[in-house]
Amino acid sequence: MKNKYIILALNPVVKAKDIVSMQTVRLAEKVVEKKNIATLFFSDLGNRALFVARTTKEMFSRDFEFREFLRQCFEIGNKSFGLIAITGGIMGVVLTIQSRPALAEFGAVTMLPGMVALSIIREIGPVITALILAGKIGSGMGAELGSMKVTEQIDAMEVSATNPMRYLVVTRVLAATLMLPLLVLFADFFGILGSWIGVNIKGDVSFVLFISQAFTSIDFLDFLPALVKTFFFGAVIGFVGCYEGYNAGRGTESVGIAANSAVVVSSLLVIIVDLIAVQITDMML
Amino acid sequence: MKDIQEERKTMKPDASTEREVVIDIKNLKKSFGKLDVLTNIHLKLYKGENLVVLGKSGTGKSVLIKCIVRLLDPDSGTIEVLGQEVSTMNNKDLENVRKKIGFLFQSGALYDSMTVKQNLEFPVNRIRKDLKGPVILQKIEEALANVGLPDALNTMPSELSGGMRKRISLARTIVVDPLIMLYDEPTTGLDPVTSDEISLLINEVQKKYKTSSIIITHDIECARATADRIIMLSEGEVYYEGTIEDFDNSTDPLISSFFKKQNHE
Ligand SMILES: Nc1ncnc2c1ncn2[C@@H]1O[C@H](COP(=O)(O)OP(=O)(O)O)[C@@H](O)[C@H]1O
Ligand SMILES: [Mg+2]
Repeated sequence: MKNKYIILALNPVVKAKDIVSMQTVRLAEKVVEKKNIATLFFSDLGNRALFVARTTKEMFSRDFEFREFLRQCFEIGNKSFGLIAITGGIMGVVLTIQSRPALAEFGAVTMLPGMVALSIIREIGPVITALILAGKIGSGMGAELGSMKVTEQIDAMEVSATNPMRYLVVTRVLAATLMLPLLVLFADFFGILGSWIGVNIKGDVSFVLFISQAFTSIDFLDFLPALVKTFFFGAVIGFVGCYEGYNAGRGTESVGIAANSAVVVSSLLVIIVDLIAVQITDMML
Repeated sequence: MKDIQEERKTMKPDASTEREVVIDIKNLKKSFGKLDVLTNIHLKLYKGENLVVLGKSGTGKSVLIKCIVRLLDPDSGTIEVLGQEVSTMNNKDLENVRKKIGFLFQSGALYDSMTVKQNLEFPVNRIRKDLKGPVILQKIEEALANVGLPDALNTMPSELSGGMRKRISLARTIVVDPLIMLYDEPTTGLDPVTSDEISLLINEVQKKYKTSSIIITHDIECARATADRIIMLSEGEVYYEGTIEDFDNSTDPLISSFFKKQNHE
C-alpha cells in the first residue's frame, strides 16, 4: 500500500487527473469538516506561513544538523543531475532548431547562438529545472516525510531528544535552496551545449566561435536576476514539499496526497515566483 | 505460556513495602475537536512494575501514553513523571524527561532510510552524549543481543519481518538505558509464537534494565504474560483495575466479554 504511493509519488510525471481528484476529495473533506471555504483558505495560508516562520527560526539555532544537510544536498544533486542534463540538452537542441527559420528570414542566423543562450539562461534553464525538481524533489520530500509521519518515525525522533523540524525540515529546505541554483547552472551548460549541436545540424560552427557568439549578447545583468530567482525556487520547493509531508494526515493514503500536493503547489508557486521575479527585474533594468 | 505466568508470580514485587510512584496521572482529559477521547483518567505507575493498560481499539490508549511524553498536549489534568509535572514544563526539562523514557511505537517506527546500526546509533548519539565510539558500538551490540538479533547490524528495516522489526525497535529504545518503558501494542499484528517471544522480552527488559513499564495492548495473552497489574479503559475513563486473577474472576459483562472473546480466538 505504502509502496504503491511512493512509486506514484516519485514518478515526476504525476497524472494531472489523479492530482485534481485527490485535491478535490481533500478539499471536500475539509469543507464538510469546517463548512467555510474562506476560513479554510486563510487557515491553510496561516499554517503555511507559520511553518515557514518556525523553520526559519530553527535554521538559526545552535545545533545545526550538518551531516543530514550534506546528505540531503548529495541526494538532491545525485537524484536529479542526469535528468537535468538530458532535459537541458534537449531543450537547447529544440530551441535552436525551432528558432533558426525565423532568424534566417531576416538573415540573422549569426544571432542564433546569442538568442538561444539568452533565453536558456534567463528563463528556460531556471524554470524547466525548477519544475522538474518540483516533481522529483518536492514529491520525494512530501512522500518521505509523509510516510515518516504516518509510521510515527517523526514522533520517534521527537522522543529521542531530537527536534524533527531541525533534523528533517531545516536540512531539506536549505539543501533545496542551495542545490537548485547549482543544478540550474548545469541545465544552462547542457542547454548551451545542446544549442551548439543544434546549430551544427545545419551549419558548421566551431565550439569556440559558438561560445563567443553566444556570450557577446549576454552580460552579468542577464545572469544575476536569473540566479537570484533560482534560490527562491529552491526554497519554495523545499518548504512546500516539507510542509505537505510534515502535515500529512494519519492514514497511509495521506502519503500519496502529500506527495501530490507537494508537486501541484510547488509547481504553481514556482511559476508565480517567476512572474514576480520577471516584473521586478523589468522594473529595475 | 503457563511458564511465563509462573515465572512472573515469583518475581512480583513485595506489596507490603511502601512503593515509589514513577508516573502519576490525575484528571487527564484530551479531546480532538468534538471527539472526547480521554475524559477523566487517573493512573499511577509504581517503580519496577509492569502495568498493562487494556481497552478496545480507539479508546485512546495510544493518546494516553503520547500525553505522557507530550507528543500530544493534554487539555487538562496533571501528569507527573519522576516527580516532575510534564504538561507545563519547558523544552529543556521536557527533553530531559524524554531521555529517561523509552517509547516502543505501535508500528515500530524504525527509520526506513537507515540501517539497523544507524537506527540504534541515532538515539545513543543524541541521548547519551557522554559515550564515545567503541563504547557506543558495544552498547548497540549488547542491545541487539538482548533482543536476540545479534547479526542484524547492517540490515535495512525493509529486509526484516514484522517480529524482527519490533525487536529492533525494542533494542533501539533500551540501548539508552531508559528508566521507564512505554509499549504501544507490542504484540499487535504478530503471530502467537512471535507474540509470546515479545512478551518474554518485555519481562526480560523489566528484569535486566530494572524498568517500570506501561504496556498497552488488547492482546489478553500478552497481558497474562507480562502484567503485574492491569487497568482497563473504557469511554475515556479507567473502567476497572486489578490483577489478572481479578479480571479472570470478574462477572462484569464488559470485562468477561473482552476476555472470553479473545480466549476463543
Ligand atoms: N492526532 C490525532 N488527531 C485526531 N484524532 C486523533 C489523533 N490521535 C488519535 N485520535 C483519535 O483518538 C481516538 C483514540 O485513538 P488511539 O489512542 O490511537 O486509540 P487506541 O486505543 O486504539 O490506541 C481515535 O478515535 C482516533 O481517531
Ligand atoms: Mg493505539
